[in-house]
Amino acid sequence: MSDASAPILSVRGLKTEFRTEDYTVRAVDGLSYELFRGETVAIVGESGSGKSVHALSIMGLLPTPPAKVIGGEILFDGVDLLKSSAESVRRLRGDRIAMIFQEPMTSLNPVMRIGEQIAEAVKLHKGLSDEQARERASSLLQKAGIPDAEKRLNDYPHQFSGGMRQRVMIAMALSCDPDILIADEPTTALDVTIQAQILELMRELQREFQMALVLITHNIGVVAEMADEVVVMYAGRAVEHAPAEELFRNPQHPYTRSLLASVPSIYTRKDRLASIPGQPPDLALGIVGCPFAPRCGEKIERCESEDAPLVALSASHSARCWLIEGEGK
Amino acid sequence: MSSPLLEVRGLKTHFSVAGETFFDPKRTVKAVDGISFSIEKGDTFGLIGESGCGKTTLGRTILALEERTEGDAIFEGRSIFALSKRELRGMRRNVQVIFQDPFSSLDPRMTVRQILEEPFEIHGILPSPRGRRERILELMDVVGLPAAHLERYPHQFSGGQRQRIGIARALALNPKLIVCDEPVSALDVSIQAQILNLLQDLQRDFDLTYLFIAHDFSVVRHLCNKVAVMYLGRIVELGETDALFENPQHPYTEALLSAVPVPDPSIEKRRKRILLTGDVPSPLNPPPGCPFHPRCRYAQDSCRVETPALNEVRDAHFAACPVLPFKDAPSAAALIEAE
Repeated sequence: MSDASAPILSVRGLKTEFRTEDYTVRAVDGLSYELFRGETVAIVGESGSGKSVHALSIMGLLPTPPAKVIGGEILFDGVDLLKSSAESVRRLRGDRIAMIFQEPMTSLNPVMRIGEQIAEAVKLHKGLSDEQARERASSLLQKAGIPDAEKRLNDYPHQFSGGMRQRVMIAMALSCDPDILIADEPTTALDVTIQAQILELMRELQREFQMALVLITHNIGVVAEMADEVVVMYAGRAVEHAPAEELFRNPQHPYTRSLLASVPSIYTRKDRLASIPGQPPDLALGIVGCPFAPRCGEKIERCESEDAPLVALSASHSARCWLIEGEGK
Repeated sequence: MSSPLLEVRGLKTHFSVAGETFFDPKRTVKAVDGISFSIEKGDTFGLIGESGCGKTTLGRTILALEERTEGDAIFEGRSIFALSKRELRGMRRNVQVIFQDPFSSLDPRMTVRQILEEPFEIHGILPSPRGRRERILELMDVVGLPAAHLERYPHQFSGGQRQRIGIARALALNPKLIVCDEPVSALDVSIQAQILNLLQDLQRDFDLTYLFIAHDFSVVRHLCNKVAVMYLGRIVELGETDALFENPQHPYTEALLSAVPVPDPSIEKRRKRILLTGDVPSPLNPPPGCPFHPRCRYAQDSCRVETPALNEVRDAHFAACPVLPFKDAPSAAALIEAE
């Protein structure tokens, strides 16, 4: 096994573009973070911030063309996935890095029994026999909290409720004991009580298997509940990166601050929410300066012409804003 | 006290669906099953519950878009089910709706101008082109859409702007009540705050009353002054927002509140969570007795047999539970351990 103190995943300066004849969109523009075993990194952002494209880049699931990773490194256990052969990346995918999506119905095969779908992965990656694979599928469903697991192996996806389907997806993702689970808005389509169940399940499985979790979400509450580290993305860039408690206690980037202020809470009642005027920029139009500047209440002249660098405020906290005076730079 | 703007009395909306096989008898889904509440002028009345609880069907029944099975809904003193076609049209001027999905609720082939003109055409109001145009530009201004976008199509707008178009359309005829069915749940966080603020401003400026249907507790807490919690077609708790959130009197509300993630890690770490097991039962086959009893941590033998009625358990605070309100139970707020 590899060094346990080294990050299991290290994303460095990732850049992903979509190119068509008419325009080029830099969906992810220089994203970096590290993920350790047993840890949860939350990637937070609104639609179009690049959070999902970053995940698909790691998984090698983006269609090329139009998408292309044009720069950076994705080090999994020290090996750069971007330089590895398609065959070796395919072997890691599903086996050591698994991913679940927001809408489980679209990621399950509707005409295949659940048991077969889970068994397919373990047969492929672990070389188990039909009998062994079926047993494994049943124990995974049980672990994911599905009652009558043995019986339900024969059911089709439509026979499960939304929450149960997400459990099936989790069971399938865990089928090969992955080192990393990438969860893209795993509870967004679910009701709160079911969301609480699924988040609890993910935490339990994390404790049990020391699995590392990349949690992609726009729900600030879910971040507060789950994350150790948080990366806030805006227009393809990481605008702030900090340990979760630090980020909530001491947000530095104007976008992070407005984002946190714009969420209502069940514990406090504000007269009025702080809202961010305008909307995120259209990346196809090209961006000059800081992409948040048009919506920012604190912008200075420089923000409109020049994008700020990511400045370190401390060893673990950095933000991309001209107003921040960090250590060095 | 003046009479309420809208009063709902024992309303039931049942649907019959085919049996599992051809030979099975038809079955009944009791989507709305005996609901009563009233909304005063100026209220923002929150109707909250998980998917399938019947909140949207209730909203649609009040708009006379679904046929009621039993009970009544009285708007400004008249039963909406007793209105003639023409009277119903008049009622619809006063009761408008804003839908969840700003993508599917606007006709993609109509420009903003056409979308906003439609209500005037249907109701034969403001026939002069000049007057109509002025009113439309005024509406766009009120909801924060640039006048220059008058001739644009819905696909040229972002989700938040589309929701503004939907709001402008609902406001067009100066309604008294607006039914908002999950108006912000499809929007990004920063846009959600814009729309919630807009709804508050409009309420103040135009004396509006809202029936606000949502599944997001934080949004309801922020916006509403009264809340009803629904479970399987019934109201299980009803009260003033602060009282209900700070001191829930129904086990379902208590569990829901404890399940909502709070955007503050220091609270999250100290919070005790009540995890409900299992899913919401199928409304085709609801459990006997209290519909919540299979998931309830306070359930007693009687709960499996008797369906509890919605009773006033505190001042103006109603709950359909014979156990929790009479216990010295910690409220959800108290579930945060003291520092």
